[in-house]
Amino acid sequence: MMKRILLALAGVLLLCAVPSGLRAQTLQDILQEDPELVTDASRRTVGEVLERLVESELPNVPEFLSVWQDRELYFRESDGLFYYVEDPDADELTLIDIDTGEVAGTSGSREIDQLRPNRGVQTVIGSALVQFQLNADEPRVRRTALRAIDRDPEEEHLPLIRELLETEEDEDVRNAASALLTKLTIAFADSDEARVAAIDTLRGNISIEARAVLNPLLATRTEVAETMPEDANIARELEPGSDDLPLADAYEMLVAAELAPPLITDEERLDTLEANIVDGRVGGIPLAQLNTEAARERAYDALIASGAAEAGSTEAEIAEIVAGYAFYEEYRESSVAVTDAAESALASIEGSVALYNFLDLSLDALSLASIYFLAAIGLAITFGVMGVINMAHGEFIMLGAYTGFVVQSIVPNDTASIAIAIPLAFAVTFVAGVAMERLVIRWLYHRPLETLLATFGISIAIQQIVRQIFGTLSRPLSPPDWLAGSVEFNDVVSISSIRIAIFLLGVIFFVALWLILNKTRLGLEVRAVTQNPAMASAMGINPDRINMLTFGLGSGIAGVAGVAIGLFAQVVPDLGSNYIVQSFMTVVVGGVGNIFGTLAGAALIGFLQKGIEWMNPSNTLAAQTYMILFVILFIQFRPRGIIALRGRAAGD
Amino acid sequence: MSALLEVNGVSVSFDGFKAINNLSFSIGEPEMRAVIGPNGAGKTTFMDIITGKTRPDEGEVLWGEENRSLLRMSEAQIAQAGVGRKFQRPTVFEDQSVRDNLMVALKKDRTPWAALTYRGSDADSARIEELATEIGLLDHLSTTAGILSHGQKQWLEIGMLLAQEPRLLLVDEPAAGMSTEEREHTTDILVNAAKTKAVVVVEHDMDFVRRLNCRVTVLHEGSVLAEGSLDHVMANQEVIDVYLGR
Amino acid sequence: MRAMKTVPYFLAVLFAVVLGVTILSQAYGTGGISVSFTKVLGMTLCLCLAALAMDLVWGYCGILSLGHFAFFGLGGYMVGMWLMTARTEAVVRANMANNVIPPTEAEISQGTALQIFSVVGAEDWPWMWAVSDSLFLSLLLVVLIPGLLALVFGWLAFRSRVTGVYLSILTQAMTLALSLYLFQNDTGLRGNNGLSGLQNIPGVSAGQSYLSIWFFWASALALALGYVGSAWVVSGKFGNVVRGIRDDEQRVRFLGYSVEGYKLFVFVLSAVICGIAGALFYPQAGIINPDEIAPIASIYLAVWVAIGGRGRLYGAVIGAALVSLLSTYFTGGRAPDVNLGIFTIQWIDWWPVLLGLGFVLITLFAPNGIAGLFDKLVRK
Repeated sequence: MMKRILLALAGVLLLCAVPSGLRAQTLQDILQEDPELVTDASRRTVGEVLERLVESELPNVPEFLSVWQDRELYFRESDGLFYYVEDPDADELTLIDIDTGEVAGTSGSREIDQLRPNRGVQTVIGSALVQFQLNADEPRVRRTALRAIDRDPEEEHLPLIRELLETEEDEDVRNAASALLTKLTIAFADSDEARVAAIDTLRGNISIEARAVLNPLLATRTEVAETMPEDANIARELEPGSDDLPLADAYEMLVAAELAPPLITDEERLDTLEANIVDGRVGGIPLAQLNTEAARERAYDALIASGAAEAGSTEAEIAEIVAGYAFYEEYRESSVAVTDAAESALASIEGSVALYNFLDLSLDALSLASIYFLAAIGLAITFGVMGVINMAHGEFIMLGAYTGFVVQSIVPNDTASIAIAIPLAFAVTFVAGVAMERLVIRWLYHRPLETLLATFGISIAIQQIVRQIFGTLSRPLSPPDWLAGSVEFNDVVSISSIRIAIFLLGVIFFVALWLILNKTRLGLEVRAVTQNPAMASAMGINPDRINMLTFGLGSGIAGVAGVAIGLFAQVVPDLGSNYIVQSFMTVVVGGVGNIFGTLAGAALIGFLQKGIEWMNPSNTLAAQTYMILFVILFIQFRPRGIIALRGRAAGD
Repeated sequence: MSALLEVNGVSVSFDGFKAINNLSFSIGEPEMRAVIGPNGAGKTTFMDIITGKTRPDEGEVLWGEENRSLLRMSEAQIAQAGVGRKFQRPTVFEDQSVRDNLMVALKKDRTPWAALTYRGSDADSARIEELATEIGLLDHLSTTAGILSHGQKQWLEIGMLLAQEPRLLLVDEPAAGMSTEEREHTTDILVNAAKTKAVVVVEHDMDFVRRLNCRVTVLHEGSVLAEGSLDHVMANQEVIDVYLGR
Repeated sequence: MRAMKTVPYFLAVLFAVVLGVTILSQAYGTGGISVSFTKVLGMTLCLCLAALAMDLVWGYCGILSLGHFAFFGLGGYMVGMWLMTARTEAVVRANMANNVIPPTEAEISQGTALQIFSVVGAEDWPWMWAVSDSLFLSLLLVVLIPGLLALVFGWLAFRSRVTGVYLSILTQAMTLALSLYLFQNDTGLRGNNGLSGLQNIPGVSAGQSYLSIWFFWASALALALGYVGSAWVVSGKFGNVVRGIRDDEQRVRFLGYSVEGYKLFVFVLSAVICGIAGALFYPQAGIINPDEIAPIASIYLAVWVAIGGRGRLYGAVIGAALVSLLSTYFTGGRAPDVNLGIFTIQWIDWWPVLLGLGFVLITLFAPNGIAGLFDKLVRK
């Protein structure tokens, strides 16, 4: 242990070569050997007292150093002793003995000096302190010391960490230390080889820290010269007038470098012209003629010739002037090898990050697809299976969401209220759907386009009634706490719990519907009625009853989807209109008549929209626009959707 | 007699079900041909292929003296080339008068612009009346097609076909739902047409086919089972099996 | 033939309305009709024209387009760009007239652009405003742009045989895409601010009382021309073919007609009429924004035609006029509340409910709309 401390200290305390032969018993004794080294500490001299303290091997040295560094050490002139103070803000300071930790009397704040070591001294103290901590027995303390270094790294920490790594056994500390070693090596190592080697270890490391280490290496500054310099570490050339370097900025650089005369902006020129009106003329040209660029130039030239205006470049001229110079970005880091390595390492990191981003995006897309699926699946039944265009489908979703809201305002527990709301929403919209089918739709089965109009009428009526009852303000539907968080896989990939829940709900719906349609008597009858109503009724199936139940089922599902959508969207009366067109597109793109089609349609639309958003992240409106355009084009090439029924049955 | 229409080795399948299987067929001009076969033999699909409604998976369909392939043409182009088709269910424009139905069908420039600027001529009126006489609807020229009887609609549709002046008529079950008298009239119209054109009649009713008195092609499971006079094919054991054996 | 016979009656009724409104107008008559109501009437005529176009494509050709307001709105935007440019330029010129040194054309253009686009944080002319300084070219675009959109969209949709409900959903998607596109601030048409101040016609010093009646006349003239033109189109052989397509597309195709070509012709024609209607509507409305193009507007258009009775040109006009005027009345706050003692019906709130249920009743009990009922009466 002792050997290690001494070795470690050797690096830090090179300056103070004076060994002390004296052995003191207490801290106070050591400090009293030369108190001025403490009271008037300077960066140059403080090493001596530090060395004495380290050599003393006293257990309370780290605490003392920490207090000193924090400027909480006090010195009493009258007895020449050093003290800690219990509460520095009190009027009457309570003094504490630095060795025993016991109260050693009180003092007025006037009689005692607070020692305020300057920044340089603090740094040296900190280094010494770090050594103590790095050598501490508890891994937690060593870890803290590493964090401190990480916050404020210095070149002299480099050997300390190498030292630590030789003997360190704790896994966590080792990892932190080696990460820190890499960072410090990159920042401070003498040879480019060492730095490049350290940079290379970061390849593919997607943590934010790794990028934070590499990015500063690639910091640049924009420069201008008459010709491109040969020896500089140039990041890239800049084209004046491009987005990266607007013409005006380029010219400003020239002016700042005194390579070009200052710019006379059009506005300044106009001001000058106005200031030099003589008898209704400027530079001999009548005012009325100054409504062209050419005339103004002539007038200004005349003013320059007469000394009334300063010469300078006009906005029209700067392009030509700028073209004569080379503009470039130069790395602040001078070593080409290092910047190249950093760039290649970053590129590899970007590669990995892109991969994870893709994964993250896929998760996003999956949850969006689930939402579309939930919104559209009810429609897939009423439209896809029964061929009924229900424009009020969106309103059923909205009714479901409001059912959720009403339940939540009665039942305070979020979990319980959601558990009640889901079946209740199903019931409410099931009844609404059945009522609508009985009263309106069944009269219009042979007139699909008129169903569209009638259900549209119903949709605006429902919307307005809801608006009357609940108002236009958004009604919150709060998810239970256990759905509030999110699941994070690493720095890049994460997904909120509510989206997982919606995905699961989508899966449940899908499976349940598949089972209902394919494994139950009802499903069989539904398919029979869909394919051949006359034959079905001849076989004793009541088509009226089946149509009613199918429509109720589709509507009920819309209601449940409404509860799910209400958990993350604004519950407003026109909630449904936001989903109706997308839902229709989902069903049509997927292929009418089976729920696999809806699944495929939702997946296509969800992934597509996220994909487009990824290419143009700032603009979800544009993403939706392009997504719809894609759908329109897609339908041209697969008019019957992704999963199409082929053959004569699908012909007419 | 060179073939007007030649169908060679055509196959088409829907979701794995082979509706037409390596079918070959040819007809000259003028000629009357009856196509018979049990349900599901592929009679309607066969017509769909010729008229361009269904694209076959393989095979070729050649038309006219120059042996043009019909497979690359749209339904409208095929119709303009001279193939007229009558559907199983009568399809006439129920909302329009008999005269308008025939007028729309008359062989004229089919472009929108020509239709916009079309002015009926005396020659056209005469032709419409002539057609109406042939199909027995002269007294009903101003009647809305929707209120005609089933048989009259069938005739009107045949009349519209004739108005197109096609070289080949494809007629799907023209006698379905007709009284005996009406059938005779239908037979007359078709036999008359077959004097100058190729006529293919798909029919279930053997009596009607017998009255047409023409070559018969028997389709079964998407391919030609037998061909010849009605008596000849009805004596064929395979044909008997197909019709009675199932 | 039937449609052509209605032309004289229609023109007579329209003329009577125009005469009546003119006599009651503030500019030329007794002043019995306010300027704003004159505008409402003029706009109603434009909506009737749009409904006429809708009837052409739906009632006669069987294509239920739920995106026709895209064409209507585009017409409005095309003329709006000119109105806004010309008017803003006039204002900018007036402001700069007091400058000691007269402004250059470039400065005026810059100032105008800044004035128009600063609301979306831009100061340069977007490309689609390239011809906004020319009235002639802008008017040409009123016809060309909706026509071109209809041509491209229709060509794609019809050639792949998208029909019926699918086509309706696709047209709805089209108008949704267009409105979302226009909602973006950086697409050059001022995002959700839309174009405003369109009621001021540059270079015309007459007051709104005159402008309103002039626009009313122009709208009536457009409606009259539209009616006569549409009646001519649907009454000849072309009309027979088109109605044939509506009733039995396959039959028409096997008669040798290119169904796609006919549909495209009707669709484009109808889009152009809609564009013209929009170009007349928005100067009277004064403002246009992407909300106007939202799918719901086009559905309303279809509903008007259904209520009026489709396949009869006058039905579309009756439906559009009736529903839009009633809507204006009930939502304008002038309709008296109905006091039921325990509950007061406020029309502003309950009109949409009534309207919605009205659609349902009409589709159920009067599938041929008001004109259908009218026809029945005439026949009896």
